[in-house]
Amino acid sequence: MTTPVPRLELLHVTKRYPTIVANDDVSLSVLPGEIHAVLGENGAGKSTLMKVIYGAVKADSGTMMLDGHEVSIANPAQARRLGIGMVFQHFSLFETLTVAENIALVLDEPFNLPALASRVKEVSEHYGLPLDPNRMVHSLSVGERQRVEIVRCLLQKPKLLILDEPTSVLTPQAVIKLFETLRQLASEGVSILYISHKLHEIQSLCDHATILRNGRVTGKAVPREETPASLARMMIGRELPVCEAPIYEGEHRPVLTVRGLSLLPTSQFGTELKDISLTVNTGEILGIAGISGNGQAELLSALSGEAATERDVIRLNGKSIGHLDAGERRAKGIVYVPEERLGRGAVPPLSLGHNALLTAHRQGMKNWGLVRYGKARIYADECVNRFDVRGADASTNARALSGGNLQKFIVGREIMLKPEVMIVAQPTWGVDVGASAVLRQALIDLSRTGVAILVVSEELEELFEIADRIAVLAQGRLSPARPRGELNAEKVGLQMAGLFDHAETTPAASMMETKHASA
Amino acid sequence: MHLLEPRPHPSRVMRWTAPLIAVVATLLAGSFLFWALGKPVLDSFQVFFVQPLESSYGWSELLIKACPLILIAQGLAVGFKARIYNIGAEGQLIVGALAGGGVAIAMEGSDAGWIVPAMVVAGAIGGALWGAIPALLKTRFNAEETLTTLMLSYVASLILSYMVNGPWRDPEGMNFPQSIMFSDGALFSILLEGSRVNTSIWITVFAVLAFWIFNAKSFLHFQIEVGGLAPAASHYAGFSAKQTVWFCLLTSGMTAGIAGVGEIAGPVGQLNLNISPGYGFAAIIVAYLGRLHALGIVLAGFLMALIYLGGEAAQVGLQMPAAITGIFQGMLLFFLLGSDVFIDNRLRRMA
Repeated sequence: MTTPVPRLELLHVTKRYPTIVANDDVSLSVLPGEIHAVLGENGAGKSTLMKVIYGAVKADSGTMMLDGHEVSIANPAQARRLGIGMVFQHFSLFETLTVAENIALVLDEPFNLPALASRVKEVSEHYGLPLDPNRMVHSLSVGERQRVEIVRCLLQKPKLLILDEPTSVLTPQAVIKLFETLRQLASEGVSILYISHKLHEIQSLCDHATILRNGRVTGKAVPREETPASLARMMIGRELPVCEAPIYEGEHRPVLTVRGLSLLPTSQFGTELKDISLTVNTGEILGIAGISGNGQAELLSALSGEAATERDVIRLNGKSIGHLDAGERRAKGIVYVPEERLGRGAVPPLSLGHNALLTAHRQGMKNWGLVRYGKARIYADECVNRFDVRGADASTNARALSGGNLQKFIVGREIMLKPEVMIVAQPTWGVDVGASAVLRQALIDLSRTGVAILVVSEELEELFEIADRIAVLAQGRLSPARPRGELNAEKVGLQMAGLFDHAETTPAASMMETKHASA
Repeated sequence: MHLLEPRPHPSRVMRWTAPLIAVVATLLAGSFLFWALGKPVLDSFQVFFVQPLESSYGWSELLIKACPLILIAQGLAVGFKARIYNIGAEGQLIVGALAGGGVAIAMEGSDAGWIVPAMVVAGAIGGALWGAIPALLKTRFNAEETLTTLMLSYVASLILSYMVNGPWRDPEGMNFPQSIMFSDGALFSILLEGSRVNTSIWITVFAVLAFWIFNAKSFLHFQIEVGGLAPAASHYAGFSAKQTVWFCLLTSGMTAGIAGVGEIAGPVGQLNLNISPGYGFAAIIVAYLGRLHALGIVLAGFLMALIYLGGEAAQVGLQMPAAITGIFQGMLLFFLLGSDVFIDNRLRRMA
């Protein structure tokens, strides 16, 4: 028996940046029809490696073989000609154009729009990714937008398809559907490189895995033969930290209550909030599940006070606060960690000391309108120490911190304000596994001191780990919150598709077709 | 093909070197200009940049021109940090001068000690009022202040023209568009014998110190700075964007208005159509050339004043057109902005 020629083979690929070595002597090989996982934390070098393969970044040394021939890829257009397709984590679609027009824009050859539309329809149906080529992109759900990106690659009949964290924007049901498509592609001989840090997905989908840590290959595995713990050890170099959530024994009373909040979106493609009610109690974490774009941004700005709301719709300890602006609500003890860290949660070109002043100025940092910068620096340094913000002190610019470290600083800064209510959006988005555990534990610990916490997250696993009760926000509506124990991923997934407890009899497969954002 | 790519860490040293680069580039381009006009290059420089400073009178004139520029630029710089681009300081200067001049005309012949202070207060209010209009338009209707402030400058100069041609025209002024010459009670007293330097410079000195402390220490300035650097962060922290708009436009209007009074109660001594040789516009360049820093603005103000004096000397000594001053100001701003582009970005060659 002859060994088959690998579809893709990387030998000793190294890519250095001025400050770090992104890829250090990385080798991997993918057979035709194989689904190969590249597993690693944020910053492990996965994305750089994929960009090298796709021709977006040039490696300093090493060779790349495609079907047994050495290739040197100068740019993505050449990669596409060689049969390499890539679906990026963040989509690059024009909202005001149709699906077919969006696809036409990236084709490297001349096209005929009606013919292209019918090809799009044909290909998308063949792979179980139904798409209407004539719909405008802004009316598509996130899952559907991803299909556009995938179909766009498939039209070019790729031999190798790269997917970068494709499931972060999908409901659990849509993930299952995507996996079916990927398996079908693999069975037709397409090789798939699947980038992720989600262990269970890799175990259910991938044939082989290459694990990266700090730019080096730290292991090669057959995921099905490993346990999540053993994969995690290869990925982060130690045991996967587990959060502990002790029982809250203090007084239970509602702190933040929202009744009948409706809000029109401020932007054209925003989501309207419809009659939202929720309660956050002392000592608990309320999780809001759902995929971004379903009213998350609008709900957060209504709660934080950045968007104007009606007076009696939002109450803090029974007192109406809906008419207060963000600063006034902060003065009353509501703190907020936004999803967007650089530019919203922190001012990029200012030091951490100044960034402490941004929201902690009520902590005795002002005197007759003048700033006591010494106090701000002490606050920032304490935050850096307590929350293990690496490689920084009060004089470091926010821009110089990695995403995870900046998030630790922002969460820490808000926790140190000793709030009554804490609102957190995507607490561990883009944060590595170790730091995520620190942040989650910090939130749990804070809640157990009696603080009411509301967490909005796209990551279901995260909410199941830290939230006491979970509600789902879909199409601008919020489902009733239920104790974590009464829920599972599947139930939440169905709600994410916009189907709350009340009746719907369509089979699960077609439920995901529901247009999340068709409003 | 080339592409500008943002630098991850723009250099702080270069940020402060840029004004020097801009000055050197302006001198080089200026030499070319002199050469192209058929003037001897070195002699021209001598006339433009050295001659004005060869006498003590020249230095006193430099001070007279630098003071209003520095005062106006201090106010403008605060707004520029918040990205509130008041480019109508010229109009605010004129309205301030009108308000102050109104006091002087009403009190004609009196030498009460409170007249000059009252003129300064009136000028401050007048300038602030002229800044309040764009502030209202911006906060109520989201009207771009860049346009409204500029357009209001033209309105202000037409009002001035109406006043000195009509109600306030000097009856004995042979129909020239000008007011009466103010009496001594309505003029700042002369500080240095034999020069035109007057006590209004203390206002500028005070303003420099006040803005220096305000910029370095005040929480309001921090809020303004955050609003300019990251509007979303300012919104997130609950800082009021409207408050910033009002504060910046009122403050810069006020400093411009006071500068206007400094002119009419100083070197000019009356209201006429030439109370400002474009100080309100030149101060924009001064603010940026001084890197929006209170002390940097002082240095930049003197340089700009020298260009004014040099321009006048060049008209007399080299028979150059009056536009030479504007050309040098323009080149300076152009080269400064050009340097900033390359401090924030680097040029990358695309494959």
